[in-house]
Amino acid sequence: MSVDSGSTVMQGEASVEARHRHDGPMLRIRNLRVWFELRRFGFGRAGSVRAVDDVSFDLNHGEAIAVVGESGCGKSTLMKTILGLYQPTGGEVAFEGNVVGDLGGVDLKHYRSAIGYVQQDPFGALPPFMSVRRILEEPLTINGVPSHERLPRIERAMQEVKLTPISDFLEKFPHMLSGGQQQRVVIARAMILQPGLIVADEPVSMLDASVRVEILKLLRSLQESHDLAVIYITHDLSTVRYFSERIFVMYAGKLVEKAPVRSLLNNPRHPYTHALLAATVDPDADNAKTFREVPPGEPPSLVRPPSGCRFHPRCPHRIEGLCEVEVPPDFETDPNHLTACWLYR
Amino acid sequence: MTDRSLLRVQDLVLHFRTLAGTVQAVDGVSLSLQRGEAMVILGESGCGKTSLAKAILRLLPRNVETYTGSVYINGTDVMRLDDEDFRRQVRWIKISMVPQAAMNSLNPVLRVGDQVAEPMITHFGVSKSAALTQVNRMFEHVGVPLDFVKRYAFELSGGMRQRVAIAMSLVTSPDLILLDEPTSALDVLTQANIMNVLKRVKQDMDSSFILITHDIATSSELADRVAVMYAGQIVEVDSAERFFAEPLHPYSQKLMASVPRLRADQEPEFIVGQPPSLLNPPTGCRFAERCLFRFEKCDQEPPLFDAEGRLVKCWLFEQVHERALSREAGA
Repeated sequence: MSVDSGSTVMQGEASVEARHRHDGPMLRIRNLRVWFELRRFGFGRAGSVRAVDDVSFDLNHGEAIAVVGESGCGKSTLMKTILGLYQPTGGEVAFEGNVVGDLGGVDLKHYRSAIGYVQQDPFGALPPFMSVRRILEEPLTINGVPSHERLPRIERAMQEVKLTPISDFLEKFPHMLSGGQQQRVVIARAMILQPGLIVADEPVSMLDASVRVEILKLLRSLQESHDLAVIYITHDLSTVRYFSERIFVMYAGKLVEKAPVRSLLNNPRHPYTHALLAATVDPDADNAKTFREVPPGEPPSLVRPPSGCRFHPRCPHRIEGLCEVEVPPDFETDPNHLTACWLYR
Repeated sequence: MTDRSLLRVQDLVLHFRTLAGTVQAVDGVSLSLQRGEAMVILGESGCGKTSLAKAILRLLPRNVETYTGSVYINGTDVMRLDDEDFRRQVRWIKISMVPQAAMNSLNPVLRVGDQVAEPMITHFGVSKSAALTQVNRMFEHVGVPLDFVKRYAFELSGGMRQRVAIAMSLVTSPDLILLDEPTSALDVLTQANIMNVLKRVKQDMDSSFILITHDIATSSELADRVAVMYAGQIVEVDSAERFFAEPLHPYSQKLMASVPRLRADQEPEFIVGQPPSLLNPPTGCRFAERCLFRFEKCDQEPPLFDAEGRLVKCWLFEQVHERALSREAGA
């Protein structure tokens, strides 16, 4: 695939039409709670799945963060709530100072055009009966871009994601593309309305190692050239150090550690983060000679999560009488490094 | 020459007939495996690694065009057996397989214990209670709580279901177990758990494994030897120690460089270009188009050179191979 000057052209333009910016963080999330009610026989209540429980963080303009956690920890629910697809049960999500839950009609449409969404499974995310041109045209049509402007914008977006030569791809259908090319189309679609924030939900988990790196590098370069904020959700710690500035570790609906990349990798604090790091290996023949240390048990049910710290039943450093009783608050263990663990009280 | 290897595959070819033409999924693969050894077959999706496993176990779809070569198990060529004899004598008895996404292919209406017992009952004709005793032993080996025998697949977590699938492949005590991407859909901690299980089984039961995966980091947890597959062919075979320290084939080097490292500050790189189509692969070296070291000779297909005990399908190692040969002749 040829490298071209498309991204530099766009860079100039993006800075010219620099968006109206709110002072302070782009995204401000406070005590966010997303619970799904379980019903029995249609109306009887049987408790709730506490998918996201008391999550707070700020995301600054142009910043890339990674949310790391196992499947079922609530990271996709968190993202979908940020995208406005789920209503919070409690707490709030504020984008550029406006509370997302209060938005309606045109405002909500504007909000959605300001965030791009990159799905996990590119093939599932692309309608099989639409050509690349139509897939990329649809958001423009919906947002009232006049028809003569659409094709140039589609071509520009395709150039940016390096789907070149453009004429080869415009009329192709998703099944005619490789996994990497499909993911480029998904990214182009997320980028086409020039959003300020991209939410990428495991964007590379379905791809091969080499293609994975290619796509992550593409996302990183788009982030830098457009000064985008990126929320990158993943379960793979080894990729985050190259592609984000901060890492949030999520366990059973809560963010247990929030830290700059270096600080988290060099000085992990939360016992769960330790476990994740210990389970992630680099290729090395010595790995075969030892057993990995894995905390016993499995992540808890989010219907009846453990009391106190949710990791306490599996934690090797549990403090009896404290961890199972009280929910640990965030402690600042290092500069800008917050850990929700009683060990650091 | 007496053949002491457990498995020896010689010039295995598996081509499929499709509307677009012939897909050369496995094209002249040779490899051998010793008893108690774990071999990893690394490759990107579409390189033919799953087809290779299916070709070894003769699990073939209807559109096979060519299926030739030899598969020796303990010295006998099982390719000569007819399908019925192969099913009776080889499948589950000599070789079993944990297919890709095995944890999602458990029968939803059978209790997992009954399901794991099934190969015992069909292949050895043992009673159900005897088979369940064996199931209990296997569950202990792979770390599934014994009361799970009576549960259904949907009541188990992904990691537990994967352990059940592994128990099912072990229950008939086969000589060799083929594992196709056993950890790819699992979380990191569950992955680490499954690899621990496989390590323990390898230690306790002296089993031999072929592990097929694209996950290089995880594969290093089990590998004694590594074979790299590219576009339907094996391009490198080496011991794990040497391979992970210093891969030889230009493709292997690129593949290793694409792995993001957690503990080293080394930015991963991707391989420019795409693998060739298996419909019409290039006649010379199949990696030549993407290779930085390409020279004239690469227009011809290189053999698998023996470069001081390491097998590499690359013309760069022709001289190493010849030096070794002349040394041998001199001695």
